Amino acid sequence: MELLYILCVPLLAAIGSLIPRVRILAPGITLISSTSVLILSVETALHTISAKEVVAVPGWISCDSFGALIIVLVALVGFAAAIFSWGYIDRISETRQGIIVRPYYALFNLFLVSMLAVPLFSQVALVWIAVELTTLLSVFLVSFASTPEALEAAWKYVVLTCMGAAIALLGVLMLYWGMSGVSQEPFTWAGLTAASSNMSPSLLNTAFFFILIGFGAKVGLVPLHTWLPDAHSQAPSPICALLSGVETTVVLYTIMRLFPLLQGTPAANMGMWLVIFGLVSAGVAAFLLIQAKDYKRMFAFSTVEHMGIILVAVGVGSYGAHFGAMLQIVGHGLTKALCFFAAGITMLTTGNRDIGSIRGLIRISPIAGFFLVLGALGVAGAPPFALFLSELTILKAGLASGQYWVTGLLATFIVIAFFGILFQINHMVFGKPATMSKTTLPATCVAAAVIIVLPVILLGVYIPGPVYDLLRLAAYSLGR
Amino acid sequence: MLDTTMITTTLAKLNALAGGLFLLTAFALVATRQVLACLRVYIGQSVLLAFSAVFLGALHGSVHLFVVAAITLAIKCILIPWLLRRTVGEDIYARREISQILNVPMSLLIAVAIAFFAYAVATPLLAVSLHPNESINLPIGMAGLFLGAYTICVRREAIPQLIGILAMENGAFFAGVSIASGLPLIAELAAAFDVLIIALVMGLLTRKIHKYMGTTNVGEMTSLREE
Repeated sequence: MELLYILCVPLLAAIGSLIPRVRILAPGITLISSTSVLILSVETALHTISAKEVVAVPGWISCDSFGALIIVLVALVGFAAAIFSWGYIDRISETRQGIIVRPYYALFNLFLVSMLAVPLFSQVALVWIAVELTTLLSVFLVSFASTPEALEAAWKYVVLTCMGAAIALLGVLMLYWGMSGVSQEPFTWAGLTAASSNMSPSLLNTAFFFILIGFGAKVGLVPLHTWLPDAHSQAPSPICALLSGVETTVVLYTIMRLFPLLQGTPAANMGMWLVIFGLVSAGVAAFLLIQAKDYKRMFAFSTVEHMGIILVAVGVGSYGAHFGAMLQIVGHGLTKALCFFAAGITMLTTGNRDIGSIRGLIRISPIAGFFLVLGALGVAGAPPFALFLSELTILKAGLASGQYWVTGLLATFIVIAFFGILFQINHMVFGKPATMSKTTLPATCVAAAVIIVLPVILLGVYIPGPVYDLLRLAAYSLGR
Repeated sequence: MLDTTMITTTLAKLNALAGGLFLLTAFALVATRQVLACLRVYIGQSVLLAFSAVFLGALHGSVHLFVVAAITLAIKCILIPWLLRRTVGEDIYARREISQILNVPMSLLIAVAIAFFAYAVATPLLAVSLHPNESINLPIGMAGLFLGAYTICVRREAIPQLIGILAMENGAFFAGVSIASGLPLIAELAAAFDVLIIALVMGLLTRKIHKYMGTTNVGEMTSLREE
């Protein structure tokens, strides 16, 4: 039952946010709903550890430990983003005319429910629809500022991702075609995995390519990434945290769900294709983020890099690499949210998104500088943060399975990205500031950053028992 | 006995005819420069999709496909054109595209190459096919999908790009009515609803772009890029 509540609560909150008159109502309702979604999804996750799978509607809505991992992540980042939005949206709608708060929160809740629906739906055709809805419901959040740049970013975002979704749709239909010939099971992930060994390999491969390219456009795989830095830099910061931190991983989750299907087919080396796509993405993004002039754009390129790393880890194929991929998903979601919160705080203090013109941030606003340094270290993969642990796990697993070239290249790209990010952030945070304008930061923005920074550090030094179990079970579900 | 075989072959031939015309509309979308004419071509394409669903439904005796045809007609031929007119407004609608990325003969030649490519991708898959009509619908649907993508790449106006996306979905569904005819109705309904939301969201965004930037030539929006 809790699965249905998870889907219904934000829907009700979206309607509630539209109630006029009371200014505090929309953010308040959103905060209450995201808190209850967080509690419900943690409860679901604990259930999946003991019972393997929680089923709400057989054949349509269910959740295993991999799905539970994703919904907890979405709910946690959504919760923090709801807190961050409170102060942030108030502040930017003070300074800019024509921005209305209520539709923002209504869309925020709808966007959240569409992302939660992707892992909760088990019927593959419905998963496709949920992925498409994550785009359509976030378009007006990306174009929220209504500047020419924001509108351009929103247009590119919707055109490229909808093109991808149409291609993925044909892939999903092909999977259904292949499955209807050999099995009478409902069209779910589990049914597909069971039927895949009897399905025609050439059909499976083609369907997989259509879905990889189609949804890959939404994940931001190179060369289909061109919309991603635009959309992820132009949206308001709490939305960037959702787009970059969890929306990409939610779509990546659907691609990862296909991985067990392909291991049963002979002569299909799909792991290799995942590794190639992943390495190209990680490599190109590592070089692009060095030359980024806008710090939000730089963090967006880092998202492309992390998606590449996760894809490589899935493609390597051993249990250790899969465990690393799961840890990387969690670490990426939380750390990237922290980065965009820090970027949002920096925007509020300096009013500027240009790396070159910000110097000495730590003296202008110690809080902004502090979180930006933490976020940058975390996202670059420095110890003792969560991403250091996951990247180390992936590289170790790569060496253990004898893929030295892949591991070597991946390590090189990670190091390039590490120095690229730290060089740029160093330029912004330290040095002598040009102007000293003090602004007070909204308390909720700082609170949201603190909430997200705690797990980022905690997961780097110690993984609590239930989280470890969840990661372990999720990693197992990728094997066959 | 003879009658049933004759009806079957006639229905298969009619489906093939609908398929041929469907491919033709996909080419027409690449070549049409008038925004309004683009929309008319799209409506024609959706009608052909509905026809194919009806023929296949009669062929397999499946009521399900008749429902799909009815949903297609209602949403793609009536609701979407009405919605676009309401959200976008007449002045953008009647516009003609002056700037072209490629001239018409050149882009049609490339479109032909793309159609052949679609056949090359689809042919190996048909080895497992049980019904002969799948060898019509799958390659043509795939060609419709790719040609829709190509249309988006060569157009600069917002509305033709939107229609390109809708045409891509049409291509996928054209293959779908034959290869995935047993898909649960609720999924079909949700997918049709989804297409409606695409048209609504992109229509509203076009209006917003027109309002704030005074143009709908989205091909010229290039302020965001790497140096």
